Amino acid sequence: MSIRAELKYKIMKDYGAPAVMAFQDFKRRKPRPVPEAFGPPLETNKRLKEILSRHYFLSRYVPGVKKVAWVTSGAPVELLRAFDFYTIYPENHSALVGAKKQGADYCGIAERSGFSQDLCSYARIDLGHMLSGKTPAGKLPKPDLLFCSNNICQTVLYWYKAIAHELNIPLIHFDAPFVTTEQTEADINYMAQQLQDMIPILERVSGRVFYQNIFEDILKRSMETSKTWGAILDAMKAQPAPMTIFDAFGHLAPIVSLRGLPVAQDYYHILMEEVDARVSMGIGAISDERYRLIWDNIAIWYKVRFLATFFAERKMNFVTATYTNAWAETTGYLDVKDPWISMAKTYGQIILNNNLKHRLDLMKKMIKTYSVDGMVMHSTRSCKPYSVGQFDLRKAITADLDLPAVILDADIADERVWSEQQIHTRLEAFCETLEGSKFG
Amino acid sequence: MAEFYFAGVDVGSLSTDVSIIDDSGKVLSEIVIPTSVNGSEAAEAAFDSALKLTNLSRDGITAITATGYGRASVAFATGKTTEISCHGVGAHQLFPKTGTVIDIGGQDSKVIQIDSRGRMLDFTMNDKCAAGTGRFLEVMANRLELDLDELSSSKNIQGESAPISSTCTVFAESEVISLLAKNTPREEIVHGLQRSIVNRIWSMVTSIGIEGEVTLTGGVAHNKGLVALLEEKLGLTLNIPENPQTVGALGGAHIARRAYHISLESGTN
Repeated sequence: MSIRAELKYKIMKDYGAPAVMAFQDFKRRKPRPVPEAFGPPLETNKRLKEILSRHYFLSRYVPGVKKVAWVTSGAPVELLRAFDFYTIYPENHSALVGAKKQGADYCGIAERSGFSQDLCSYARIDLGHMLSGKTPAGKLPKPDLLFCSNNICQTVLYWYKAIAHELNIPLIHFDAPFVTTEQTEADINYMAQQLQDMIPILERVSGRVFYQNIFEDILKRSMETSKTWGAILDAMKAQPAPMTIFDAFGHLAPIVSLRGLPVAQDYYHILMEEVDARVSMGIGAISDERYRLIWDNIAIWYKVRFLATFFAERKMNFVTATYTNAWAETTGYLDVKDPWISMAKTYGQIILNNNLKHRLDLMKKMIKTYSVDGMVMHSTRSCKPYSVGQFDLRKAITADLDLPAVILDADIADERVWSEQQIHTRLEAFCETLEGSKFG
Repeated sequence: MAEFYFAGVDVGSLSTDVSIIDDSGKVLSEIVIPTSVNGSEAAEAAFDSALKLTNLSRDGITAITATGYGRASVAFATGKTTEISCHGVGAHQLFPKTGTVIDIGGQDSKVIQIDSRGRMLDFTMNDKCAAGTGRFLEVMANRLELDLDELSSSKNIQGESAPISSTCTVFAESEVISLLAKNTPREEIVHGLQRSIVNRIWSMVTSIGIEGEVTLTGGVAHNKGLVALLEEKLGLTLNIPENPQTVGALGGAHIARRAYHISLESGTN
């Protein structure tokens, strides 16, 4: 750790970042006009942009000050926080690239190096970034450590192995056995043991000593933050819903990538307050909410605005999603009194590591409690664990709950997979089914 | 007493179809022309030709629904509805006991479930790929140097079938090329192609299920061999409309008629 780097980081943290934020605010002083179909935008959107920009901005000054870890969205990051790693989430970064409609560009770089076009676009964008250094976030720090878990997919292991090989850095993999019926005692113990075995490796890479009390504080903070996120999503049961799921796709970023840090904890208190106020005043995210929908699978990042507008104009609002729910669903298991076992339960049972029966029951419950009238499923080329089984789920749900549903064939971040005309026809036909009576 | 007339204009990827009905639902004229490159021109031309078959002028048509891929380009339409709803309504008009519609169109194929009044309950479509569509057959007919009528009249379901394993039009075409190079009889190749489409349709049908009578719409319904294979696979007899290509336009005309009556009742017109 050099004194110079540390000084520079401190200056950037205290003065540089606020100056950059203020400049961005100045640039944005004329807000984009809100289309009529929408209610007033959330004030907290501004805070979201601030903390994410700050996180990426400061990451440039981190080398030499803190160790950097690249982490997957479902990994038990609380353990890393105890060693003060600066964490970068490639999935979050790839979503950012996707949202800027640059996904195909980055994917192309990876493809030209021999990675298959059938590989997840988050992975291709990240590999494209690693191979070219390109990023819309300015500059990302090189990792000192890679930390992944196969509780979201098997791809992450091979993707991170490719990075580990290229950069010659250590990779820690948290192996979470798939829950075919329910978690067994052996599975839980196996995962809990892995977590404890990671401590000496993390001490060596970070040069820091593990303190149980620091770790427990982080765990407590993480629990509390996830609970607040869950409560924010719960508030969308209100009619009209105070937020659309497209807003929530954005507000999801801190719980994914800054979980366990005070900045995320504070952020969700602010958002909760605003959402509560909107509910008590009856302010809806769209001006006239007539139909309430559920979204399944990851966002289509390059089409969030298009989809939000398409549905808002038809008085339809997405009020819940299996995707946003994933960071609130299992955190109830966390318990500081039994950190290792409770983390094994939390991270081992997340939706993508759990069986279809679980997903079916969960979705049916969400449809009922959120008063949902229709379902849109995004079948994504990138994410097989999320997309396989959707046809069966759709069949079971439409039959049991008499709910119209549509499956969109698209991708999370590679915009080349999007076929505007076909999607448009499917969506319009879906809306016609929902509005049915017109044709009777 | 004023007479009311309604039209449906279906601008598809391969053909543009128009159907004109009177207020009792009786079909006055139906027309099918190729869409070629300009959907809006095709819609104008087809509409004019359909009008010519009646004694009506454009002003005589009370309401017009545009449907199909080019529905947005029909400037003279009074409403727009997807071809999925239109095929449901059209099939219901022709065969009132229809519960399931299989439409094999130019660039997509779909399976639609409808209720006893023709309203769409559920649907599924092929993904972004032309396999299992009219375009697929057109490309293959071209490669086999057959015209579509010749391809359609082949009804050899008992005979040998050449294996076409690929579900991609481009790859299937190369399979056909290599089959031709091996001197495989054209009839066997045609049979293999029909089987490949039927398999695609079959997987869509099973994903959504069959309810009530099944009506087949779209130009591919002219293909006798394919119809026979599909009936064999589904284990039932399909309803085949006399003009399978204009079912969407017919549904559009009926939707225009219903929408007009609803607006009269609610006093918004």
